[in-house]
Order: sequence, then C-alpha cells, then structure tokens
Amino acid sequence: MKGRKKVGAEKNCEKGGVSYKDSRINKTSGWRNFKPIFTERCKGCGLCISYCPEGCISLINKKAKVDYDYCKGCLLCIEICPFKAIEKQVEK
Amino acid sequence: MKKVLEGSHAIAEAVKLCKPGVIAAYPITPQTHIIERLSEMVADGELDAKFVNAESEHSAISICLGAQAIGVRTFTSSASQGLALMYEVLYIVSGMRLPIVMVVANRSLSAPLNIWNDWSDSFGARDSGWIQLYCESIQEAVDTVIQAYKIGEDEKVSLPVMVCIDGFFLSHVYEPVEIPDSKIVEKFLPTYKGRVIDFNKPISQGMWAGPDYYQEFKKAQHEAMENAKEVIRKTNNEFKKIFGRGYGNGLVETYNMEEAEYALITMGSLSGTAKYVLKSKKIKDIGLIRIKSFRPFPVDEIKKAIKNLRGVGVLEKDISPGLGGTLCYELRGLTKKKNVSTFVGGLGGRDVKIEDFLKIFKAIREERGELIWV
Amino acid sequence: MGVKKVKVVKEEKASESFNEKNQCLFYPGASNCAGCPETIAVRAILSVAGKNTIIVNATSCLEIVSSQYPYTSWGVNYIHGAFENAAAIAGGVSLALEKLGKEGNVIALAGDGGTLDIGLQSLSGMLERGEKVCFICLDNEAYMNTGVQRSSATPFAASTTTSPAGKIIKGNVTWKKPIAEIVVAHRIPYIATASIGYIDDLKVKVAKALKKENQPSFIHVLNPCPLGWKFESHQTVQIGRLAVETGMWVLYEIENGSFKLTMDVPKRKPVEEYLRAQGRFSHLFKEENLHIIKEIQKRIDEEWERFRKC
Repeated sequence: MKGRKKVGAEKNCEKGGVSYKDSRINKTSGWRNFKPIFTERCKGCGLCISYCPEGCISLINKKAKVDYDYCKGCLLCIEICPFKAIEKQVEK
Repeated sequence: MKKVLEGSHAIAEAVKLCKPGVIAAYPITPQTHIIERLSEMVADGELDAKFVNAESEHSAISICLGAQAIGVRTFTSSASQGLALMYEVLYIVSGMRLPIVMVVANRSLSAPLNIWNDWSDSFGARDSGWIQLYCESIQEAVDTVIQAYKIGEDEKVSLPVMVCIDGFFLSHVYEPVEIPDSKIVEKFLPTYKGRVIDFNKPISQGMWAGPDYYQEFKKAQHEAMENAKEVIRKTNNEFKKIFGRGYGNGLVETYNMEEAEYALITMGSLSGTAKYVLKSKKIKDIGLIRIKSFRPFPVDEIKKAIKNLRGVGVLEKDISPGLGGTLCYELRGLTKKKNVSTFVGGLGGRDVKIEDFLKIFKAIREERGELIWV
Repeated sequence: MGVKKVKVVKEEKASESFNEKNQCLFYPGASNCAGCPETIAVRAILSVAGKNTIIVNATSCLEIVSSQYPYTSWGVNYIHGAFENAAAIAGGVSLALEKLGKEGNVIALAGDGGTLDIGLQSLSGMLERGEKVCFICLDNEAYMNTGVQRSSATPFAASTTTSPAGKIIKGNVTWKKPIAEIVVAHRIPYIATASIGYIDDLKVKVAKALKKENQPSFIHVLNPCPLGWKFESHQTVQIGRLAVETGMWVLYEIENGSFKLTMDVPKRKPVEEYLRAQGRFSHLFKEENLHIIKEIQKRIDEEWERFRKC
C-alpha cells in the first residue's frame, strides 16, 4: 500500500466527509419486478410527477415520460393517475 | 502592556482578538467565567459575534459545528461533565475536519462529583481527533488560543483544537498578562477562509461511509495530525518572532536539562511548581520535560530529550483504572525507555506540594517501577 | 380518488428533482425503498425552498439513503451531524448565515426519533432561542432506519419489533406523543401538520414556513412507510390520504397562536378502514382484540371534539 498515490474519491477523504460526486451513478432499474407503461390516455396533469418517489417522471410535449434508469417499480404512479393512463407490466 | 487579569478573563480577551463569528455557551465550573466575560463583550459591542446560550453542551458544540460547516469561525468552552456530554460530537467535528477551537478548563469527572482540577475529562477525548495543547500559565493560555486557530485552520491540518488549562489553578487565578495588540493579531490570524458556503457549488458534509471508505477518512485524519506537528512548531516560532513569546518548540519544552541524569515529564501547571522546586532547591541532576502538545504526541522530541538519561518519571493528573497512568504508558510504549517511574497525583484538585515533588524526585533517582500515588 | 379540476400545467416540466433553471436539487439514484415517502417529501420541500437552501439532516432513513460517500443525492448544501442535534446544528447554521450576510433557507429534517425522542431537547432549545430555522419532522412512526423499532410517535396498538403484538401485550401500549402541542407551547409563529397524501397542501405550508417572519417554524409530516407499516409500495399516497379521511391524522395550522383546520373532515371514515389497510395492525382483527379497535375509534372521536373547540 505504501507509495500508492491517492486519487478520486479516496483523495477526497482528506476533506473529511465531503461529497465527491452525485448519486446518478446509482441506476436502480434493477430493483423492478414490474414496470409502469404510460399510454396515450395521459392528459399531462402532472400528478405522477409530484408524487414519484424517485423523481424520474418528466412532462415532455404534454405527456408524462419515465426515466427507466431510476424507476424502482413502486407503481405509485399507476395508483395516483386519475385517468388510468398507466399500465402495469411485468419486468422481463 | 501588562494587565492583571483573572485567567478566564484573559482567555476571553484572547478569544476576542481572534474574532469568532459564533460563540456557543453553556455554563460549567470552572470555565464559566470565560463565557460570562465573552457575553459581556458581545453585549457591550466590543465583540461582534453571535453569542448563543445553548441548552446543553451537546447542543453548544453542535451549534459550533453548524456555524463552522458553512464558513464562520467559532468558539466554545467546557469542562468535565460538559465535555463528556459532547463526546459523540467531538468525534463528528473532527471527522468532518472542522477547525473549531475549544478551551477546556480541566476538571475531574463524576462520580464522586468534584469541581476541581485533573485531566480525566480531556484524556477521555484523546482519541477523538482533536489537537490537545496543555498550558502551564495564563500567559501561555492566551498565546495558545490565538495560535490554536491558526494551527487548526491550516490547510494541511484542518482539525479542531482543544486548549487545556488546569481548572481553578489557571482559570481563577490572577496573573499579570500581556494581551497582544489586535492589529498585529489580525495580521497573524486573518479571516477564516475555510469551507465557506456557496449556493452555486453545493456540497454534502458528514456523509455515511461504508467499510471501503471509512478507513481512508481515518487515515487522512491521522496524517493531518502528523502534519500538525510541523504546523505547531512553525506557528510557535512565528508567534515568538512577532510577539516575543515562545514555548519550547511548540510541542515540548525542556528546563534544567543541561546536567540532568533524570527527568520529570509532566504537563500543565504542575510544570510551574516543578520549575520552582528545581530552581529554588538548586537541583542539577533532574530536569523537566513539559509536554505541551499531548495530541499529536511529540514522540521524536521526547525521544531526543531522554536519549542519554538514566531514567525518567512521569507525573500525571489522571488514572486509567486497570492500567495506571495513561501518559506514562503512552510514553513507555513509544520511547521504549527502561526506567520510567510512574506517579499519579493531584486528582480532584488535590494540591501537589513542594514536599511531594521532592518525594517524586527521590523516587525517580531510586528508579522505582511501581505506580506511586502522590 | 378522482380529481375534480385538471389543468394541463405546461408543455414541458422537468421531473420534481429540478428547479425552473433546470438545476438538480435532489438527484435520482438514492437508495430509498420503492414507494418511500421521504423522498417524495424532500422533492416537494426543495421545489418550494429552491437552490439557496441548507439542509441539516438528522441521522435517519433519509440521511442513510441519500448521502452515501462518495455519492450524494443532494443538489443543495447539506449537513449531517448526529441523531439528536439537527435543531442545534440548524440554529448554528442560521446564525452563521446572518454573520456572513447571506440569504438562504435553513431547513432541519429529522425523523420522528430525531424530533420526539432523542431530538426533543435540542428542538426545544432551538425553538426557545427563536433561531431562523424551518424544522420539518418526517414522521414514519417508528425507528425505521434500524429496522422498525417503536418510538414515541408509534401509534397505539401498532406492532413494531420492540412493541410486538404478542399473546399478552398487543402491540404498542402508549398513545402517540403530541409533539405539535409541545411545540405550540413554545409560542413560535408557525406550526402545521401535513401528510404525504396531500402534496400540494404540504408545499403551501412549506412556503409559509420558509418566510423569515414565520420562523422558527415547525411542520409535522405524516410519512407512511411501506416496509414498516406493511403495505404495498404503490399504496403510500393512498394510506397518507386514508389517515386524514379517517381522522387518525389531522391537518391544521397554527399561525401566531391562532388554530385553523386546513382540511375539515365532517364525515370521517371509520378508523377500521385505516387499520385494516396496514399489516402492523393486522393482529387487531383477531376476535380477542376487536375491542382495541373500538378503543382507538373512541379516542379519535374525543380528539376531534377537542380540535373543534380550538
């Protein structure tokens, strides 16, 4: 170990517990058993955006869109949607 | 210009010169006079700081943590039970590398309840990652408080500093003290430029670290403590050049070692009495080695000072039940010296008198090995 | 669960993680459980508080999932100290901000343990000193981070690992500590309760709580935890609403001593509906325990009588 130069996150330890990078590196798509699929019934009300625990739903061209890299498959969006616009699909 | 001041008040003057932005206070004997004087200074507009009366020492140090974490110099002081209550936050502050300065008016720990001096409170925190500097006199305490900020805030260090003074012996005694000039202190100790908050560059502090990173943090902390040795020496020399007062090399001070065959090793105000005894009784074969910096432990300086001695004796105001005197065992282990006599005394404020010193010197010459209670 | 009026808000809206300048306030990739209410609350709070915010977080589920070295989920300044001193640290932060002459929101986030139990002392100290902090308690009614142990916020008869439903003792034996009433006694300008079931209500209350003249302020948010309360991850918001609809959780505000119910529930659903929906109360539906449900209903009825008199 002696003489090995410290780089990156290890070197950053010298600052004493200060963050090094953000958590986007942690893609949680592998957590899913089920996947929410958004259909054309979406009216763009934005409720699913406010309630998504992962903050991975955005509104693009008046339609909700999921970033599947971070969706954990909690399916809260399906429960909350007033237009039944989201469908549950088994994750393959 | 020298003024006759009570130890606590002199320390408050020193803190004023360092211009902390936030001072968190909780009373506990024997440091209360420090925060009382500071609150007067703030109330009169002499010191432009936020003075907070915390509801416990745990919150007092937490308030300092919060303020320091976003870039403001802080100060608090405590002792005994208060310091013990802060225990978990001491480790957190050091782990977060926040250079808070705290004056500890060393006082014994309950039970039984005792308000007088010994080192058990700050010794309990010796592994917390705080630099610990022990002072012999009120003048030294004043000078050390100012140096403490400079040492802790140094880039290579970034660690909190405990300035330890013997409760009552230094906090409540009056001495003529030279309070440095504020303009010169301003040049010596500029505004804190550490981790100042930036809303455009947000950081997370005090994170959770798993087994793969935790050890790296501790390694970095240990290295910073090692760096502190050089920084303490440098700051002591710089202070001496500017203000005319230095204390040994900043880590260790020696006295009467020219013809010494043995040495007494001790810390704090005990050294003052020891020096008096050695001088007045004209003792030549025993010298004094005063450890000022307990953490980082000045191994090299001590090894050098005791190299050619026949033996040493360690006098300390603490006991580790089941082991003996902590300082003695740290020293024995690090220096591998054969003849190290161990003396424990002065606990709970018990006076260590001139006769006691003479008995100690006799025991050192006899190269006694067992624990001797003074 | 229909919504009466629906308006299309915008063409585009970035996810709740981002502010209007497209700066990320809370990054995706935190390790919270699926359906976790904590991160819903955080995104809602930050969407109101904005970038000039300093979060002081007590040790809790939220802290563990969002600040794992070297990666942080926080896009705003964040400090974690210890478990019980979020309020004290936040006080120090707000004073230091004043000293530096900078403007920003100081929000202390703590769980029920870090507010009602171990955190009570430092909370009381901070409120008494009147520091400019918005303290938000994210209450999931147990020590969830360490595996669902009972706290003083755990409701009566709930089963946790340290207050299990056994043959002789049927779950938690004490009623929930009324922390909001303790805070009221400190006479601070703004106190409110909220539920994750009503996000817009929470946002309105956070906006009020962040006004400097309303500080120190306190918001108590009910956060139903799928893992600890034993329900499906997609039911989090539904349970949060059911709590209010059955009267188990009351939404109110106290502004300068003046009490106001922010959501009146004239015809409360029976508490049985709320209890039946969660696994932590399943033991109450055994024959020998049904009387406990009646006890809970009676207590809730009495509490509502008290609220109506406020």
